Amino acid sequence: MPGASLFGGWRLMERTRRNALLNLLALLALAYALYLFDRYGTDYQVRILNNMAIFITLAVSYNLINGVCGILHLGPNAFVAIGAYTSALLTMSPMEKQMNYIIEPLMWPFSVLNAPFLVALIAGGLLAAFFAFLISFPVFRVRGDYLAIVTLGFGEVVRVICNAFQSVTNGPLGLKGLALHSNLWWTWGVAVVTITAVSKLVQSSYGRAMKAIREDEIAARAMGIDPFKHLLMAFLISAFFSGVAGGLLAHLIRTISPTLFTFFLTFNLLIMIVVGGLGSTTGAVIGAALFAWGGEALRIVEQPVQVAGLKIPGIPGMRMVVFSLILMVVIIFARHGIMGRHEFSWDWLFHKVRFGAARD
Amino acid sequence: MLSYCLPPWKGFQSVSGTIFFQQLINGMSLGSLYGLVAIGYTMVYGILRLINFAHGDLLMFAAYAAIYCVTLFSLPWTLSFPVAILMTGLMGIVLDRTAYKPLRNAPRISLLISAIGASFLLENLALVVLGGVPKAFPRPDVFDQVIELWGLRIQVLTIYTPVVTLALLAGLLFIVYKTKAGKAMRAASKDFETTRLMGINLDRIIALTFLLGSSLAAAGGIMWAMKYPQVNPFMGVFPGLKAFIAAVLGGIGNIVGAVIGGFLLGLGEILIVALLPELAQYRDAFAFVILILVLLFRPTGIMGEPLTDKV
Repeated sequence: MPGASLFGGWRLMERTRRNALLNLLALLALAYALYLFDRYGTDYQVRILNNMAIFITLAVSYNLINGVCGILHLGPNAFVAIGAYTSALLTMSPMEKQMNYIIEPLMWPFSVLNAPFLVALIAGGLLAAFFAFLISFPVFRVRGDYLAIVTLGFGEVVRVICNAFQSVTNGPLGLKGLALHSNLWWTWGVAVVTITAVSKLVQSSYGRAMKAIREDEIAARAMGIDPFKHLLMAFLISAFFSGVAGGLLAHLIRTISPTLFTFFLTFNLLIMIVVGGLGSTTGAVIGAALFAWGGEALRIVEQPVQVAGLKIPGIPGMRMVVFSLILMVVIIFARHGIMGRHEFSWDWLFHKVRFGAARD
Repeated sequence: MLSYCLPPWKGFQSVSGTIFFQQLINGMSLGSLYGLVAIGYTMVYGILRLINFAHGDLLMFAAYAAIYCVTLFSLPWTLSFPVAILMTGLMGIVLDRTAYKPLRNAPRISLLISAIGASFLLENLALVVLGGVPKAFPRPDVFDQVIELWGLRIQVLTIYTPVVTLALLAGLLFIVYKTKAGKAMRAASKDFETTRLMGINLDRIIALTFLLGSSLAAAGGIMWAMKYPQVNPFMGVFPGLKAFIAAVLGGIGNIVGAVIGGFLLGLGEILIVALLPELAQYRDAFAFVILILVLLFRPTGIMGEPLTDKV
């Protein structure tokens, strides 16, 4: 029984120190893996990894609202769009702007503004959070289905504005030729910061208040929790990270247009967090990683295949059918997804290892 | 595109009385379509407290069904339109049985996610099976004629649409208020559990609700396809969203309110574009702005009863 006494006898302080050390080691391992991919990986692998990190950022911040607060928010695409356009307008040089805006010149303050990438990302996040603040008053007056429709409507309004407000967004043409600022270090760095910030928040007393609101809002209010304050907090933080992820996305694919930020994006995020398990940050990470990888793997269904001498032509759009089916099957038959509401933690891992060892 | 700088009243000068009336009639026609689709939303919401996201896609289903009845089986339109409406009604029941019934006791958020999934599934299945190229809708000649009325040139379809809507509304109101099944439906929307205790087969009532709501959406879809004769897998998305907003505007759960909301929304959309042409690009955003205003100032809509939280 030396193992049991070793782990069971550890005091809380020592366990915290051990976990911090393990976190550091995990981060170093991630950094080393990224270094290897950065150096030796193919362009294709690097692109998937970049997408994965951006999806993780988006899914984790989206899960904060949908999973932790239990509010069906359907407009993250709006915040991603705001972040993408803001950061793109800030990093483009005045020359590039002139070349892009052929139909209508860019409005004054935006035509001269210029900022380094980090400032542009943060500005994108802050502006997204500001818009979240503006709409939070009509949004949090209602709950449930109404809230879903209002936020969906907000996403559509932002898309319509992106299309119509040509002197800022360049309309349907979008912005082309952005500098390639996003690389593995930026995307994964933001993902790690997002995961850390969101899980710290969820573990704090604010996070527990959010969960209380999810379970029973009236009871939570009776315990002295102000629902508006906590929901607003989650909403702003979620919008901020969505905006930053939008900036990363813009400087990764280097061309943005309103078609990129439709409800379709929200639908993909919804699949990620439902498959991972609504309410679990770990689940959101797993869901996003699976989606980034699975989305590529599923390209098979759209390509022509040779089965027993028969040539079946590829069917474009089949991937979305599969995704919709996955979402429905998971929500009907396995509502809790992969992780349910559980989180990964070192304590949990050691607990598993210890009990696994004790059984031998 | 410098028209943004013009003061808003500049737009009014170009609108003469005739054009105004023309637009008024167009608005009524569009509004009655929204109203027809909104009835389905409001009925389902009244009983299940669920936004049937796939309702708009039933409209698309009906348009395709009508096309294939006419082109593939070469049925006359007088037969193929009712067949398409009936098929869509049955499709509504299938939708409920597969996507919503397994989740009756699940949290509301799961039900909504299932509805969104069903909507995407229908759209993308249509895209894969029927192709993304828009199909032309075979509009019967009867609706193609143009009549002159007080100096206005009006397509007959524009007149028929509100008339058909009101006739269908009258039929629906008869079913809901004068028949036994209608009484059961009203009871279920008041109190689901107690209705079950009274020995009413709720599954049958819910199926009837989906049948009626989906059939009305099908009628709306066929008229929509005649009005805008380009049928594609995503044609139902925007009419669906706007019809839902019409239902909220009229007071969700209220059938007459849904039609009134539809009329108001259609009129508002057309008149805004007619009076302020520079806002035409923002037309799709108008409905959502209305929705936000309604939810801010009168969340229960025009005809709705005040809701209270149940603890």
